[in-house]
Amino acid sequence: MEASVRNLVKQVKKGDQNAFGEIVEIYKDSLYQVCYRILGNRQEAEDAAQEAFIRAYVNINSFNIELKFSTWIFRIATNLCIDRIRRKKPDFYLDAEVSGTQGLTMYSQIASEDPLTEARVESMELQDTIQKEILKLPEKYRIAIVLKYIEDLSLNEISEILDLPLGTVKTRIHRGRDLLRKQLQHV
Amino acid sequence: MKCPEQIIEFMHEYLDEEIDTESEIILKKHLQDCKECEQLFYELKKTEALVQGFSKIRTPDDFTENVLSRLPKEKRKIGFQRWMRNHPILTAASLFFIMMVGSLFSTWNQDHEFSVSKRNNLIVQNNTVIVPKGKVVNGDIVVRNGKLKIEGEVKGDVTVINGQKYLASAGHVTGEIKEVNEVFDWLWYYMKKTVKDIFNVLKPDRSKENKPQQ
Repeated sequence: MEASVRNLVKQVKKGDQNAFGEIVEIYKDSLYQVCYRILGNRQEAEDAAQEAFIRAYVNINSFNIELKFSTWIFRIATNLCIDRIRRKKPDFYLDAEVSGTQGLTMYSQIASEDPLTEARVESMELQDTIQKEILKLPEKYRIAIVLKYIEDLSLNEISEILDLPLGTVKTRIHRGRDLLRKQLQHV
Repeated sequence: MKCPEQIIEFMHEYLDEEIDTESEIILKKHLQDCKECEQLFYELKKTEALVQGFSKIRTPDDFTENVLSRLPKEKRKIGFQRWMRNHPILTAASLFFIMMVGSLFSTWNQDHEFSVSKRNNLIVQNNTVIVPKGKVVNGDIVVRNGKLKIEGEVKGDVTVINGQKYLASAGHVTGEIKEVNEVFDWLWYYMKKTVKDIFNVLKPDRSKENKPQQ
């Protein structure tokens, strides 16, 4: 897939927006997912992911074609997420509230599709709890954990995305995992 | 019981799938003996499973559209290039057409020399071709950039390109008479001729067979 993405990037460098649309189609789900788990809010996640794509398009000429495009787009997206987290730090608890409301919207969406089974409600509630606990993690651990477990990326890829030494990434994942373990102990 | 720090390190290495066999054996052995560490290890694995168990949330349907609508305007040149890429046959056809028309016009413009098909009994005087009285010309006559006077008989078609023809009352032409003076008339004639030529090339045997009968 990397080869076809590389061709698309070449076309985008010439200014082809349709080619860029294809790139967006390839990465939008991963990017949206990661942003959502880091930010805990659908609207914020959509804004951050869209912004990431727009920045990638505008700065496409500074992208080195020999690198993996996914690494680059994830780097842009995680940086934007960090900006957003820092900007609204005082609202931290308010934010947790919002993510709960988001869970409610998710219920209603599923309810319209099929009858809500008890197991499903439980799993929705569980997922909501886990999401809240992830949001409580300090941003540096949260992002590393999300990239590892939501996107299933290797430690090497995460170190490239975050532009950090492999050792630092390992430490962050270990710390994040242990914090999350304590938080989820009674789940 | 105070467990060595190393064991926790091994647990993380195990979860990161980076543990070597030796450490793994030490870890497994320790977990069998130490309830505390076993519990810790279980919780870590549970945490991992919980986070991995997130169901995917759906990306908004209009996501890509929204991104594209917010991009700076694309250059027109690119749109045209993409159109050419997406319609290779139309591109080839229009390119062929442009070159075809171009070459025809240049042929038309260059073609100001007087010329006439060589036939017996034809007289040529100062850009005027005469079919003399009482004489019979066998075959088609094509005159370019000159006049044609027909006083005798022509057994075949007569074509005058960019010129004039006089048919005397006694003159007689058995085939078609054509006068081509405008570029588009000429184009039409040229295309028909080309098609006829192709047709003749494709069926050489048949035209040979027909000849003795004519």
